[in-house]
Amino acid sequence: MVIERKWKKWFVFYIPMAVFIVFTLFPFYWMAVTAVRPDGELYRTWRQASATPFWTLQPTLEHFEGLLRTTAFPHWLWNTMLIAMVSTLISLICGMFAGYALARLKFRGSEFLGTAIFVTYLVPQTLLFIPLADIIRDLHLGNTPWALMLTYPTFLIPFCTWLLMGYFKTIPKELEECARIDGATRFGAMVRIIFPVSIPGILSAGIFAFTLSWNEFIYALIFMSSAELKTVPVGVVSELIRGDIFFWGQLMAGALLGSIPVALVYSFFVEYYVTGLTGSVKG
Amino acid sequence: MANVTIRNLNKNYENGFHAVKDVNLEIRDKEFMVLVGPSGCGKTTTLRMVAGLEEITSGDIMIGKDVVNDLPPMDRNIAMVFQNYALYPHKSVYQNMAFGLQMRKYPKDEIDKRVREAADILGIQPLLERKPRQLSGGQRQRVAVGRAIVRHPEVFLFDEPLSNLDAQLRVQMRVELKRLHERLETTAIYVTHDQVEAMTLGDRVVVMKDGWVQQVGEPLELYEKPANRFVAGFIGSPAMNFVEVTISDSGGALWADAAGLRLKVPPQMVERVRAHTGKRATLGMRPEALHLASGSDHADFCFDTAVDVVEPLGNEILINFRAGGAAMVTRVDPSVRVKAHQNVRVALDPGRVHFFDETSGAAI
Repeated sequence: MVIERKWKKWFVFYIPMAVFIVFTLFPFYWMAVTAVRPDGELYRTWRQASATPFWTLQPTLEHFEGLLRTTAFPHWLWNTMLIAMVSTLISLICGMFAGYALARLKFRGSEFLGTAIFVTYLVPQTLLFIPLADIIRDLHLGNTPWALMLTYPTFLIPFCTWLLMGYFKTIPKELEECARIDGATRFGAMVRIIFPVSIPGILSAGIFAFTLSWNEFIYALIFMSSAELKTVPVGVVSELIRGDIFFWGQLMAGALLGSIPVALVYSFFVEYYVTGLTGSVKG
Repeated sequence: MANVTIRNLNKNYENGFHAVKDVNLEIRDKEFMVLVGPSGCGKTTTLRMVAGLEEITSGDIMIGKDVVNDLPPMDRNIAMVFQNYALYPHKSVYQNMAFGLQMRKYPKDEIDKRVREAADILGIQPLLERKPRQLSGGQRQRVAVGRAIVRHPEVFLFDEPLSNLDAQLRVQMRVELKRLHERLETTAIYVTHDQVEAMTLGDRVVVMKDGWVQQVGEPLELYEKPANRFVAGFIGSPAMNFVEVTISDSGGALWADAAGLRLKVPPQMVERVRAHTGKRATLGMRPEALHLASGSDHADFCFDTAVDVVEPLGNEILINFRAGGAAMVTRVDPSVRVKAHQNVRVALDPGRVHFFDETSGAAI
């Protein structure tokens, strides 16, 4: 019996888990290895006797150096950070108020509006960039960070609104009613009670919004043309692939450095972020 | 310092549900008024309208001399305790209690004084720095009450505050609430679905059903003189026994007849019941108005039956049986020895009989 159960655990838990972990982490491992692999190893054939495709014996930082020296990577990083933060902030503020209104205020058509906002999130960016490009040109915002700071919210606000609306709905109505009896206005109750209580939800909306704008590609590709104004995803791809030459080492070094901030943000807030998606508030 | 007057109060929801119908109440200063009724009877809606959390469809609510119909909750000088406590989870107990005073811009030392005073009354001083999630149900309830009393409001509103507690704690908190009310001498409106709570806490009790007020009165008045069949059945546990009877006149006396049951209408009731001669009516008898017959009981007030189930509760015994086509129960002294299926003769205390109109249910 005991032996049988042990085997069962291997089959239903350990082995699937191991497969899952390998599948998930292998691309990251490959990225890291490629980033430190010397060019000599990168561009030789696999059939060579001394080839070691899964590890390297002469790790080097030359790609990182090259990336930082020859490209505008620090600029890209800074641009991405700034744009992601500003657009996240704009979207969070709008999303908090809109989400609260949709969750709590009863007005004609509030349900329809909730669905409509969600539907706008489903419109693919590949369609939306055409009219947006028109607007950006008319407002003379092309090739400035504002082009992205103002267009990212078009998909971030619906997302934040929807997520926060769901979160606000899990908060007992009585909390707010009690605050209103205690002497707060509706707005006061929202700001002093509902928002602080919703921090897990707000943080997870923020993290998602941040990641979405950090990784955004199409708008960044279309609205930004100067090399030093690009964001990391666009910059890495457009500056490090010249014709059919892939600078694999620098590409991967850029990807690695670019993913570190997002990984840091996630690991800091991981607990909040889980309760934000699953948990509710108990009075 | 505040009486609450409710005049012709109505509440229609947008979906057409008429939750509160023409409620008129006069709650006196310092009175503890309990609204009781089954769920959906409009008691909570009435309370929420007094609080200002629900809009009034028509009618007036006055606190003291002011009509408060259109005042927001914050301007009504009331405090409310909710069923789920509604403590602010991100604030400590102290901050929870201080919040209402901070919003009203009280000076810091006054807030501190009041919070400590309330904590003292409720015995929660050691908990002041804790967060609500670190408290037990009873402690949370105390904090919720504390948050209400620091404000020194004119009216306390309680919305089923004890229903989330376990039975033992509920009895204990009930006593504490009563003691607290005596100490604070503030008008209180208390909503519950538990008739025992209503009877033990209320100076007066309002029984509601389907949005209508059924009866307003002191607890014993409701028990002794229920205005209609609903109140008679709702107040008291076990509930009053009801038998559908026909009133007949024979030999100069009035009789109540049902299958296998023939009881004389007691002399003090004859006057009122006479008008129903030949018609059907409902006969109501409290479990303690029935007892096992002895030689001194008059045969006109006795009937024979067989015991169905015996429930020995220690301080009393409940004997279940069927008579006149209805299940009935009597409450007897624990020294009485009876067994299931035993034939017994049950006697009725003629002074404690109720008759209700068959159609309207009103007491005759």
